[in-house]
Amino acid sequence: MPDGGADFVRIEGLKRHFDVSAPWLVRKLEGRPRQIVQAVDGIDIEIAKGETFSLVGESGCGKSTVARLVVGLYPPTAGRIQIDGNDMAARHSRSDMAALRRRMQMIFQDPFASLNPRWRVFDIIAEPIRAFGLSSGKADLEARVGALLRQVKLNPADGRKYPHEFSGGQRQRISIARALASEPEFLVCDEPTSALDVSVQAQILNLMVDLQRRLQLTYLFISHNLAVVYHISTRVGVMYLGRLVEVAPTDTLFRRPKHPYTRMLLDTIPDLEMTGRQRSPVGGEVPSPINPPSGCTFHPRCPFANDRCKAERPKALPIEGGTVACHAIEEGRLPIEDRTYALNT
Amino acid sequence: MAAASNNQPLLEVRNLRVEFPTRRGTLLAVDDVSFDIAPGEVLGVVGESGAGKSLTGNAIIGLLEPPGRVAGGEIRLEGRRIDNLPYEEMRKIRGARIGAIFQDPLTSLNPLYSVGRQLIETIQTHMPLSASQAKARAIELLKEVGIPGAEMRIDHYPHQFSGGMRQRVVIALALCAGPRLIVADEPTTALDVSIQAQIIALLKRLCREHGTAVMLVTHDMGVIAETADRVAVMYAGRVAEIGPVREVVKHAKHPYTKGLMGSIPSLGVRTDRLTQIDGAMPRLTEIPPGCAFNPRCTFKGQRCLVERPNLMPAGATRAACWLHDSGGVGAPILKETVDA
Repeated sequence: MPDGGADFVRIEGLKRHFDVSAPWLVRKLEGRPRQIVQAVDGIDIEIAKGETFSLVGESGCGKSTVARLVVGLYPPTAGRIQIDGNDMAARHSRSDMAALRRRMQMIFQDPFASLNPRWRVFDIIAEPIRAFGLSSGKADLEARVGALLRQVKLNPADGRKYPHEFSGGQRQRISIARALASEPEFLVCDEPTSALDVSVQAQILNLMVDLQRRLQLTYLFISHNLAVVYHISTRVGVMYLGRLVEVAPTDTLFRRPKHPYTRMLLDTIPDLEMTGRQRSPVGGEVPSPINPPSGCTFHPRCPFANDRCKAERPKALPIEGGTVACHAIEEGRLPIEDRTYALNT
Repeated sequence: MAAASNNQPLLEVRNLRVEFPTRRGTLLAVDDVSFDIAPGEVLGVVGESGAGKSLTGNAIIGLLEPPGRVAGGEIRLEGRRIDNLPYEEMRKIRGARIGAIFQDPLTSLNPLYSVGRQLIETIQTHMPLSASQAKARAIELLKEVGIPGAEMRIDHYPHQFSGGMRQRVVIALALCAGPRLIVADEPTTALDVSIQAQIIALLKRLCREHGTAVMLVTHDMGVIAETADRVAVMYAGRVAEIGPVREVVKHAKHPYTKGLMGSIPSLGVRTDRLTQIDGAMPRLTEIPPGCAFNPRCTFKGQRCLVERPNLMPAGATRAACWLHDSGGVGAPILKETVDA
C-alpha cells in the first residue's frame, strides 16, 4: 500500500445502507420489520495519484454503489471520502464544491443509456465545459471539443452527429471525451467495457491506458471481469456483500490469492488456454444483503469456515503488501499457494 | 469434418441465408452459412454482436422473428429437412428433438405459472405420460440439473428462484423430452462468473451423459474454449473460420480470428497493450464487396476487394481467407508491414 499522506483518494469506513422496507402502514398492519440493505458495509480504500484501483466482485456486492458514493451521486450513511485532502461530506461553498466536482468524472457502463439521444455529440461533450465555465468563447469551445474528439480517436466532424449514428464502441469513446471535457484528474469507470464486444473492448482499454499516461489520470475501475482487471489495474480490491475481503497489488492478487473468495473467483475464470485446469465450481450463491450471514459473510460458501468464522467478523490485516480479512489466513489454517497461468503465445 | 465422417451428422446446415426485407431493401443477415454437428458434439458459434450467430440458431429452431426469413439453403436434422416444415410440424420437433436455452432465464419462463406446471406441460406435450408420471419426471429433471429440494421447489414460481437456479430450470425444460440437439443462445451471459462456471459444468455433464449435441452460441471465447469440441467464428453474417476449438484458439488462420484471440485479456502474460483490430464490423447495409473483413485487414490484397472467399482448408481448420488459397491475396494494396 502506498504511504499515507500522499493518497489522492482516501475512503474510510464508508457505509451506505438502503431502506427497502414496505410502506409504514403495511409494516404496522402486517407486523413486518424494517428491511435495510447494507450495500456498502464499512470499507477503506486508498488510491494513489496516477494508479488504477479496481474493484471486483459479483453482482450485488456493492461495487457500483461505491463508485456512485465516491463521485457524490449518493450521500454516504457513514464514513468519509477525501479527494486530494478535501472532505466530500464537509460543507463547502458552491464554488468550492464545483471546483472539486470538476476534478472527478464518471464513465458509465451502458453507452446507449448514458448519452442524451436528442443532443448532438458536440453539445454532449461541450456541456461540462460550459457548466464549469472553462471556455473563453465560441471558437475556443469548438477547438476544445474538436481536440477532445481527436483525443478519443474520433473525427471533429462527428460532433454534428447524434449518438444513434455511432456504434457501441464509438459511443463509449464519446462518453470518455465528455468525461475528459472538464479536465479531471480522477475518473470513476463503472464497467466501462462490459457492454462491448471483445475486439471493441480491447480498443477502449488501450485508449484508457494511453489517456492515463498522457494526462496522469487516476482511475477507480469497477468490473466483474477479472481478466480485464488483471490487464488494467495497479491494485485490486475484492468485494463480497458490501465488504472488502482482500486488497492487493495486481500481480500479488492473481499469483498469490489469499482470501478463499478471491481463490474461488480466480477458479471461475473461463480458461482460454485449456491447460486442463479443472474449474472447481463452488456451490452456493451470494446471499441476500438484507440479512447477511453472521461473522464472516462468506462463511456459508467457504470450505475452510469454522465456528469463529460464523461468529466474529474478520478484520482486514496487512499481508504481503495488501490486506486480507480472513480468520483462516490469520490463524495460518489456510496455506497461501502460488498460482501459475499458461503463457499465451 | 472429422467428427462427422463416420456416421451421419445430426444436424446439417447448407448454404443457409437469412434475410430481412426492409423499406430500404433486403438485408442479408446470414449469408451462405454451412456446417454440421455430429451426435454428442458441442459446436461453439462465436462472433461479435450483429455477426448473425443468434439468427443462425433461431433459424435452426424455426423461431426467426418476422420479417426475418430463411431465404435459401437447407437445414436437416437426422437427415430430415426441417427448414420448410409447416409451423405445427416444426412445433412438434422443437422441444422433442431440439431443445432451446435462451440468454435471459427470466423472460424464457412464464412468471404466472409454477416451474412444475411449466415442466409438466412441456413433458406431456411431447411424451405420452400421465399427470403423476409427468410430475415424477419433472422432479427427476430438477434433481438432475442440481436444484436442491426439488420436491418442494417444483411448486415455486420463477421469481422465487435466483438467476442461476432459473437458468437450471430452463435447462431442465430444454431437456424434458430428451432432445438430440440443444441450441443454447448465450446461456451464461446474464449470470455471474461463479454461477457461470456451475452452469457450464452442468451443460457439459448433461451432454456427456445423454449424448446430446449442443450448438453453443456466445460471444465469450472463454466459455467456448472450455466447452466446445469445434468452433465456428462468424463475421458479418458469414463463417470466417471453423475448426477444432484448440486449433482455432491457438493457431487461428483467419486474420479476424487472430485479432479476436489477441484482443482477449489473458491471465498468462500482462502486456502493455492488447492487440486491437481497428474499426468495427460493418453494418449489414454497408458490407463491402469481396471479403467482408477487408477494410480492417492488414494482410489484404487486390483480390480481397473484389472476390469473396469461401471456406477453404487452412492448416487444421477451414478459413474463408485468400491467404490460404494457392492464388494468394493478389497484388498488395498497402505497404503495411505484415507481422505474421
